[in-house]
Order: sequence, then C-alpha cells, then structure tokens
Amino acid sequence: MKFAIMVNEGVYQHQATDSAFQFAKAAIEKGHEVPRIFFYHDGVYNASSLTEPPQDDRNIVSRWQKLAKEHNIDMVVCIAAALRRGIKESNLAEGFRISGLGQLVEAGIQADRLVVFGD
Amino acid sequence: MGEEMTEATGGIDFEDEEASGVVKKFMFVNRKAPYGTIYALEALEVVLISAAFDQDVSLAFLDDGVYQIVKGQHTKAIDVKNFSPTYRALEGYDIEKLYVEKESLDQRGLTEDDLLVDVQVMSSAEMAKMMAEQDVVISF
Repeated sequence: MKFAIMVNEGVYQHQATDSAFQFAKAAIEKGHEVPRIFFYHDGVYNASSLTEPPQDDRNIVSRWQKLAKEHNIDMVVCIAAALRRGIKESNLAEGFRISGLGQLVEAGIQADRLVVFGD
Repeated sequence: MGEEMTEATGGIDFEDEEASGVVKKFMFVNRKAPYGTIYALEALEVVLISAAFDQDVSLAFLDDGVYQIVKGQHTKAIDVKNFSPTYRALEGYDIEKLYVEKESLDQRGLTEDDLLVDVQVMSSAEMAKMMAEQDVVISF
C-alpha cells in the first residue's frame, strides 16, 4: 500500500513527529511504500538545518534524512507555513524541499491512504 | 503550462494531474477555535488550494471548530486578521458541502442562525457515517 504522511507539529515539543517517523519506518519494514511526507503548521521545523539536540537524545532531523535517502521519500515542506516560521532555502536541511500545498493534495490523490499526525 | 505554475496550484504542474482524472472525496475536519492557534487559518489555506484540483471537497466543523464560522467575529483587539469572511467565499470555489455537528453547536449554546454560511447540521452519528465515506480525511 502507498502511504502519504502529513506531519503537523514541531520537533521535540510534540509526540506527533516521533509517531510519524515510527509509522513511516514500520510501514516500510512491512513492505509498504511511503512516497511522500508533507510537513505543515509547526511541522516545518522538522526541516530546519539549525536544529542541535543534546548528544544523548534522538536527532529528529537527521533521522528523517536517513530514512528518506534510504527509501527515496519525497519530503516536502509547505512554503507559506515555512516562511512565516523562518524556514527558508538557506536553512533547509538536506533531503527536504520547499513547495506548495498542492503537493499535499496531490499526495492525497495519489496515495492509498493519507495519515495525519498532529494535535 | 509549467510557467503558469503559481501559488494558486500550490506548486503543482497540472498537466499530469488532469491526465489522471482521479476524483476523490476529501474532507477537511475543523476542530479548533479560529484564534489562539493557527490551525484554522492554515486549514483554510489547504481548503482553498484543494479547490484547484477538481476533487469532491467537503468541510466538517465540530468541537470548538464550530466557532470558526460564527457570525460577528471582531479581532482588532487581539491584532489578528479576521479571516472569517473567507468562509463565505468558498461557494465561489465550488466548495459548498459544509457540515456541522449538532452536538457541538448545542454544547456551546449555538444554533444554525449564529453561523455566517449555509451549512448542513447533522448528528454525531451522521457525521461519523459521512467521514467513513471519505477517501481522504485531513483533520485540523
């Protein structure tokens, strides 16, 4: 099955991003596909290259990067949500791309399921 | 059409999309108050973009989400834009299926007359049935 994923909350503040990651990982391990993950609301902070968590904690940004690279996942950050929160090309982590909300609607159309993680 | 890829289509080149011709039932579920958090405003931005995709779009309002479409919103004192007039404009985008949960209205002492758009009021059970019929449910 093709799962599209939407992440609506920021890093470390909220469980949503962790749950989304665990879901994506588990789905792929079970043989499903995750063609696209869309980051919206505070979820855009998942794509900040400036994130520096303490060494003994999980690194949410690099964890996404690794998963996306290994499984060819298109990680899209909403441009409007990103700009109003100070995420732009200059501080966008590698492996993410900035685009419009149409990418979310398109993911909903193309995937078998769209799973939303948020408050 | 690539060069016409504008904000209105949210970064999508429509040539591929039109060829696919898939029409899915999209429901946007609005559960939160219009101010206090940005969920309602950013949800509305998604709804407006979805109109460009010729999908079967509906909106559901429940819990504090019913406050999003209450008449007479005044936001000057909190220095936040009053975006409630945009709900009236949805009709112009052919988004006319607006569903409101009756229990949510009742619990807040509201009736259909308090709302600024024409809606279909339904019970929680009817709302659940409506949700079960959707292909894509995005909850805000």
